[in-house]
Amino acid sequence: MTRNAAISLTRIAVIVGGIVLLEILCRRHVINPLTLIPPSEMVTSLWHMFGSQKIWDDIAQTFSTVALSFVLSVTAGFALGALVHALPRVRRAIDPLLASYYSIPFFVFYPLLIALFGLNTVPLVVIGFVFATAAMVISTLNGLDRVPRVMTKTARILRLNPARAVWSVTLPSAAPYLFTGLKLALAYSFIGVIAGEFILSGGGLGYSIAYAYNDFDNQTMYALMMFVLVIAVVMNGALHVWEQHMSRKRTRA
Amino acid sequence: MSVAVAQAPQVAQVTAHARLRGVTRVFEGKLSVHALGPLDLDLARGEFFSVVGPSGCGKTTLMDLIAGLSAPTAGTIIFEDKPVKGEVPDGIGAVFQEDASFPWLTVRDNIAFGLRRAGVDAAEIARRVDYVIGFMGLRDFTTAYPAQLSGGMRQRVCIARTLVLQPRLILLDEPFGALDQQTRLLMGDELLRLWRETGATILLITHALDEAAMLSDRVGVMSARPGRFIDIITTGWARERDSAIVADPAFGAVTARLWSLLRSESLKAIGAKGA
Amino acid sequence: MTQAWSGLNSRMLDALLLVALALAVWQGLYEYAGEAAITSPLTTLGYASSLVKTSSFWTHAKATLAAFGYALAISIVLGVVLGLVLGFQRFAGDVAEPVLVALYTIPKVTLYPLILLIFGLGVSAKVAFGVIHGVVPVILFTLNAVKNINPVLIRTSRVMRLSTWQTISTMLTPAVMPELITGVRVGFSLTMLGVLIGEMFASQRGLGFLIINGINMHNVRMMMAVILIVVVFAIAANGLLLAFDKRMHRA
Repeated sequence: MTRNAAISLTRIAVIVGGIVLLEILCRRHVINPLTLIPPSEMVTSLWHMFGSQKIWDDIAQTFSTVALSFVLSVTAGFALGALVHALPRVRRAIDPLLASYYSIPFFVFYPLLIALFGLNTVPLVVIGFVFATAAMVISTLNGLDRVPRVMTKTARILRLNPARAVWSVTLPSAAPYLFTGLKLALAYSFIGVIAGEFILSGGGLGYSIAYAYNDFDNQTMYALMMFVLVIAVVMNGALHVWEQHMSRKRTRA
Repeated sequence: MSVAVAQAPQVAQVTAHARLRGVTRVFEGKLSVHALGPLDLDLARGEFFSVVGPSGCGKTTLMDLIAGLSAPTAGTIIFEDKPVKGEVPDGIGAVFQEDASFPWLTVRDNIAFGLRRAGVDAAEIARRVDYVIGFMGLRDFTTAYPAQLSGGMRQRVCIARTLVLQPRLILLDEPFGALDQQTRLLMGDELLRLWRETGATILLITHALDEAAMLSDRVGVMSARPGRFIDIITTGWARERDSAIVADPAFGAVTARLWSLLRSESLKAIGAKGA
Repeated sequence: MTQAWSGLNSRMLDALLLVALALAVWQGLYEYAGEAAITSPLTTLGYASSLVKTSSFWTHAKATLAAFGYALAISIVLGVVLGLVLGFQRFAGDVAEPVLVALYTIPKVTLYPLILLIFGLGVSAKVAFGVIHGVVPVILFTLNAVKNINPVLIRTSRVMRLSTWQTISTMLTPAVMPELITGVRVGFSLTMLGVLIGEMFASQRGLGFLIINGINMHNVRMMMAVILIVVVFAIAANGLLLAFDKRMHRA
């Protein structure tokens, strides 16, 4: 078999093997059931929860908050990135800020946001936004930087007006990097919102996990934890696969 | 130098296709760089003109100026009786050294790109694109993406994309620079074929003296920076020529003459960097 | 020399302008939201400087720094070792890399209850929080650093007949260092984040706890002051590491 196939199979085997091992250790009570419940129980618990309304309310709240944060951060990130790219002086001033951006532990601002906006979804959207926008700005700057000069020259030789040139040449050329920005913005929005809900919130999936923890309700807690992790993996994985598919025609076979 | 001529080259029109007078380009910055000129040039309509010169002499700058991609610091450029100053005029096509094919479009969409943006109607687009695809030998690759093609094929796509717009002056900046020698020779023949069929004026920038000697009606030899024409050599080849011309003794003479002019300039260029 | 100097000056000016802008926005928010929600820059600065003189503050700060120190040490050692192993064992590295990259994109906060249940409500949980955040970038950067070792280096060392130890110390280590340092820098920030979030959620000690306690007790002044101290520390530390990082890349 090809090396790539061997790698993928090994990876799947390791992950499945790990889950099976966990299942056995939990069932044999090698792992204390008060600490961790077997994966199979997590699944059945989750299945039962889908029957009640509560989890759907949580899902709706979390996902709508994430969606809002995502849309805002992608739009603002792209606009800011394009603007900064066009103003070299501003760019030079902002570059060190962008380089250090993710070293600032933004979560410490979360209580401040609650103080400002109250215990609702606004602080969550803001946290997600602040986390995600910088990634989109950086990706946009990257993408615009990497438009080969010859592309810009070609657009001018073909006598495209500036708007046309951006739409038909610059953006498609930068698209792979913009898509990376999108991926990151979604991941960071999701992380920001879930973490915020977890720490201090009135609703949503993160809140429910924290609540279940405080309530010693392992069944609910692990079901939700598994659900959130699976959603995160599937969501990001889907975007990744889509990205691979799109880039296949652009890269040498 | 003796030249065997089957047919005299095109007689230059009364008005040159493009006329450069005192063209100078200085790049301002922390240090200002006098890149080019002042130089004069008359391009006759339908002629094949090559520019050779040492690296850094300003050949690409010259092409950018003629194409209207940048404006001269001093001097005038007239194309088809209209001045060119930083705006790309109608009727000019360009092929660059780097691959400019759009990786997100198929070969066919790449070629049709310029026509679609110009608002030409669909039937006419289809007709012209099909013709150029056949002409450039791309029939088997119309649905392929540039990433799947070799460097030579991608340059063919770029040439096709330029041709389909029927430019009257075609500028080429070392278009075959990235290709191996055999492919270069074949592409040279294709360029000649294209030149004859379209009747366009061609300005080819190349560092390969044999290429310039083989393909052109005239060859301009540029000095080291700031580039000026030291000499312009007329080859006197027949219009119906191809790479077989390497066998002609006159070819060797032309190439020798080019090198003897360039040798000292090239040493200057290296000296300027190294010494 | 004068040009380098004026470049530095203009960069410092830009940095000052950014700080001034941030302060202006802060002051604006204060005017808008009022004393109950947020304190002005001046008040916060004043309170912060008096806070750092109290011993109760340092009890909490030391708790955070201790947890952070342990977590960072573990992240670096574990991360570098794993990164080297996965880098040199190409197959294992290729299997593991996408999984590690995926770990970046999941909300690690969802694993906190599990960590708390394993480690209990003490320092070790905080350290674990820090490690799960910080170890991943160190592994990934080290892995990539090894993968990107130019094969020419190995061939050169053979031609020069260097011993294994000499090859490692004189060729491979310098080759790997720059990216490794970048990984440590990113790991530093993420470890700090992990420890702070851990304190915000499940602790009675530490700067993260002080912040969350501030909002729970409506002690806005305290909350703002501690946030300011933490952010300034984070930016300063990262600035130093960044300078070091750049030095390593140039050498």
